[in-house]
Amino acid sequence: MAEFEPRIVMFCCNWCSYAGADLAGVARLQYPTNTRVIRVMCSSRVQPTFILRALKEGADGVLVTGCHIGDCHYVDSNVHTKERMENVVDAMELLGLEGRVQLEWVSASEGPKFRETVTEFVEQIRALGPSPLRAE
Amino acid sequence: MAELVGAVAIAGGGIAGIQSSLDLADSGLKVYLIESSPSIGGVMAQLDKTFPTLDCSMCTLSPKLAEVARHPNIELLPYSEIKSISGAAGNFDVTVTRKATYVDPDKCTACELCLAKCPSKVLDEYNEGTSKRKAIYLPFPQAVPRVMVIDAEHCIYLTKGKCGNCKKVCENDAIDYEMKDRDEVIKVGSVILSTGFKPYDPTPLEQYHYEHPDVVTSIEFERLLSASGPSEGHVQLADGTTPKKIAWLQCIGSRNPEIGRPNCSAVCCMYATKEAMVAMEHDNELETAIFNIDVRAFGKGFEQFYQRAKNEKEVRFIRSRPSGVDIDPVTNQLSLRYEVEGSTETACEEFDMIVLSIGLTPSDSSKKLAEIAGVEMDEYGNVATAIDAPMTTSVPGIFACGTIVAPKDIPDTVADASGAASKAHSILASERGTLVTERTYPPEKDVTAEEPRIGVVVCDCGINIASVVDVPAVVEYVKTLPHVVHAYEQTYACSTDSLDIIKEKIEEHDLNRVVVASCTPRTHEPLFQDTCRGAGLNPYLFELANIREHCAWVHQKEPEKATEKAKEVIRMSVARVALLDPLYTQKLDFNHAGLVIGGGVTGMTAALDIAEKGFTTYLIEREHELGGLLRTFTRLQDGRTTSEILDPMIAAVKSNPNITVHTGTTLDEVEGAMGSFKGKLSNGEEIEFGSAIIATGANEFVPEGYFGYGSENVITQSTLEVKLEEGTVDAKNVVMIQCAGGRNDERPYCSRVCCTTAVKNAIRLKEDDPERNIYVLYRDIRTYGVWEELYTRARELGVLFMRYTEDDEPIVGNGTVTITDKLLNDTKFEIATDLTVLSAPLVAPDGVEDTATLFKVPIDSNKFFLEAHIKLRPVDFATDGVFLAGCAQAPKLVDESISQASAAASRACTILAKDQLETSGVMAVVDEDVCIGCGRCTEVCAYSAPTLKEVEVVTEEITYVTRKSEINPAICKGCGSCAAECPTGAITSRHFTTKQISAVIDAFAYADGRIEEVA
Repeated sequence: MAEFEPRIVMFCCNWCSYAGADLAGVARLQYPTNTRVIRVMCSSRVQPTFILRALKEGADGVLVTGCHIGDCHYVDSNVHTKERMENVVDAMELLGLEGRVQLEWVSASEGPKFRETVTEFVEQIRALGPSPLRAE
Repeated sequence: MAELVGAVAIAGGGIAGIQSSLDLADSGLKVYLIESSPSIGGVMAQLDKTFPTLDCSMCTLSPKLAEVARHPNIELLPYSEIKSISGAAGNFDVTVTRKATYVDPDKCTACELCLAKCPSKVLDEYNEGTSKRKAIYLPFPQAVPRVMVIDAEHCIYLTKGKCGNCKKVCENDAIDYEMKDRDEVIKVGSVILSTGFKPYDPTPLEQYHYEHPDVVTSIEFERLLSASGPSEGHVQLADGTTPKKIAWLQCIGSRNPEIGRPNCSAVCCMYATKEAMVAMEHDNELETAIFNIDVRAFGKGFEQFYQRAKNEKEVRFIRSRPSGVDIDPVTNQLSLRYEVEGSTETACEEFDMIVLSIGLTPSDSSKKLAEIAGVEMDEYGNVATAIDAPMTTSVPGIFACGTIVAPKDIPDTVADASGAASKAHSILASERGTLVTERTYPPEKDVTAEEPRIGVVVCDCGINIASVVDVPAVVEYVKTLPHVVHAYEQTYACSTDSLDIIKEKIEEHDLNRVVVASCTPRTHEPLFQDTCRGAGLNPYLFELANIREHCAWVHQKEPEKATEKAKEVIRMSVARVALLDPLYTQKLDFNHAGLVIGGGVTGMTAALDIAEKGFTTYLIEREHELGGLLRTFTRLQDGRTTSEILDPMIAAVKSNPNITVHTGTTLDEVEGAMGSFKGKLSNGEEIEFGSAIIATGANEFVPEGYFGYGSENVITQSTLEVKLEEGTVDAKNVVMIQCAGGRNDERPYCSRVCCTTAVKNAIRLKEDDPERNIYVLYRDIRTYGVWEELYTRARELGVLFMRYTEDDEPIVGNGTVTITDKLLNDTKFEIATDLTVLSAPLVAPDGVEDTATLFKVPIDSNKFFLEAHIKLRPVDFATDGVFLAGCAQAPKLVDESISQASAAASRACTILAKDQLETSGVMAVVDEDVCIGCGRCTEVCAYSAPTLKEVEVVTEEITYVTRKSEINPAICKGCGSCAAECPTGAITSRHFTTKQISAVIDAFAYADGRIEEVA
């Protein structure tokens, strides 16, 4: 049997984390191929149903990323991301999907942090194994 | 008189030039931005974080760089210098030398193929020589313009006629070794000088041993700290190990008359504090020490930042100026010897790294430029300006801003830059829109009723993508995706000829959607969108799939997996583009009047600056007379009386036909938003305006309960000023006490102006009667920037300065003041005094909360108004159309208030100058039928774009009134937070709709390539 390769949906905000990912690219920082980025203008656009949908459709993990608190391009909209994501992460625990959904802040200058964030999350999901929701 | 030209030449593409350019271009004037280096961005592009918020510098700067690059009214002239200026205000001929870059900017796609092949390595200026670059290079990853340049001095072909590798590998034939410098004449109505500063070179100060590899300058240290720097932000010593102890030495090349650099550089205390804090965040074992004369934490939020560094982070602030750096001849270990404050002892301490906090000096190019422009300079090599006209040079029509005028930090520079833009705009107001060219496009095809017909271009990006991703295989796969009618491979999708091919393909295959799979949308999306428009497609029917930065470049060793990822990324983009809707901007008529609240020097300047541009202006002052805080003072630092600047200003305001002044009046009610404010005044009058500036100023604190205030012969600085002017100071021994009621728990901020005011008045007292004894009791003397000269002067005149600390304050007795002098071994002095003058801080006036509520704008804990961004938007509120200036934002000197006033006017006029307000296509809209009026959208929106309105619902059975959300398209920024919050899905976040994002998620899932329409 082939080794389990996690399939991960990643949400990036246009101004910080997407730019951080771009910078990781410019610096040729190598990281695993498991993530698929969906760009949104602000991490606060990510409504919880997107995360549920991704899990239901076969994602083994969902990583939501945005600007650091205080750096938000939309004043403090990412504070709402934080509040929503805390609830989602709690709900995941209840559903037995602990560790599969995570929020991280990555700034536009943090290419190395982008790489680390992705690498660590991929390993975390690899350790957890395939999502129980994944339709085989 | 020569014809006015509606264009402005701006020399210097740092943050100052960028801000001036954007303000003027947004106001409808043509801008030529001339930058001597290959990219705009200036020193700010090199910084890691910015004080006092520790925001990432590049994150806040790079959107501005991109904005300049694509602004239709800005023509960027990189790698260019002004050779001569002739003509007069309103009509100048500026000759610009365009230096040869040896790379055709129209052909170069910055694919970087040439970089790999260039054999010549050169010290990288961007990293301050801490790393190497090639002779052909891009200055830094976010550089604008994004084209390569050849460093002729180090290019092997250009110097020796050999090599030619870059020309051989360039697939776009962009290299042109025959390129020559050429002169170009541009016609403009005004010139702005903003060429900034040069960091002081510490090499001549041999005692600091800059040649030691672990003695670095502060700007080098910025690069070491930066994640994009030579060591990815891990500060390392020359031997590769991590430093455990770092010291900063302040005032290197500043406050040092012996080397002809007497002034304070204004920013070093704060950047050193920032660098120490960030370094400690990277490594919590690190010990830091900052050796200083005074800690000059005078700006907004600086004192609190300093206290946090000192008390929470345990950065050691050592009040001593070591005479040099010692190096152990055997071990090469660095150490510092310094006097221990409050004792006669000398300490010696070892450090692993020493950072020299180098000052800001006028750059050679700035001096040369000032000579070319013929503007007067001051004795320090700065462009000379006056307190009441801080951006105006000696040559009419030529303005200056930023650090070419005096050392200053980023927000002051940005305010200055907007202020200079205001001045240039004022003289050219009649020419707005005359030199601006609107691009024309063919009529747009209506595709709404059509099935998606998608074309996909997969870019090789030379070998950037193609060397990792199997592009032909990807193209074959893409052809199998639903709705894709055409897919092809392209070497460089972004080159000019490739863009023409995209247009041809749109016509040939009748495409109604386009995907380009190449690089990041953050740089190239506008280019491809423009191409789509050129072929009659709505620009929002386009999607970029990022298979370079997010795929080929980061998976270089896994070509198979990268190819699979590229396929999936494109599949997701195809799913998205199929569901994208054409979007349109809306143009709305609006009210072009401006409102200014506050009739002090700030408010009056702002009103005049708006009125000069031809707009109706209302000026509201609650007192019965104009003049504000400055009325209570009598002299400026330059020796002029305050009435010398106030009287003509008041006369100009009163006689300006565009200004309506309401004194003794308050603004009591405001409704509406940018473009359509309605206000009600206390006299019952109603006014309408499109934009507002809050300039409500500050008052001198009444230091009740501090240092015997209230008893006879204890007065404040403003009272002293009046007495000085009247000639009624009857005192031989005068003691001034700084921070009287400031920098404490109640008012934890530094009031910025008091040290300069005290020193100014000490000089006046001494000049009035040289026999007088003057003592200034202080905690830190903060005569920042050029006002250091007053401090020097006061000491030369014999004014005595004695330092006290917050926990050992002077005691004011009957005819005496007792102080323990910290600088003289904690010696206790009893000073006989017949006049005690308290330097009390400036405080926010009563009623600021009401003004804040009227416009829904924030105030900080000290009741000063809170700007949108402390660095780059110093006079903007987050709320569109509302601005702030002067002491309402924080205490500041008169020239700084005037600079901000002009800046706020400039910002307001970028709105008022438009014919119509244009909304963005990407924004949120409400479906009233689904909205339940819960109001959650109004709670999450940072801009108050959604509001609840009462709506009458008529059904067959019943008619009732309910609440529905309504989003103001003029305010919405399109972040989508409201759509995520809406419990019923009534809000659609256009271009990022739930349907579109869901389709992308589904496309992620279906590994077999099946894409289903999402209901």
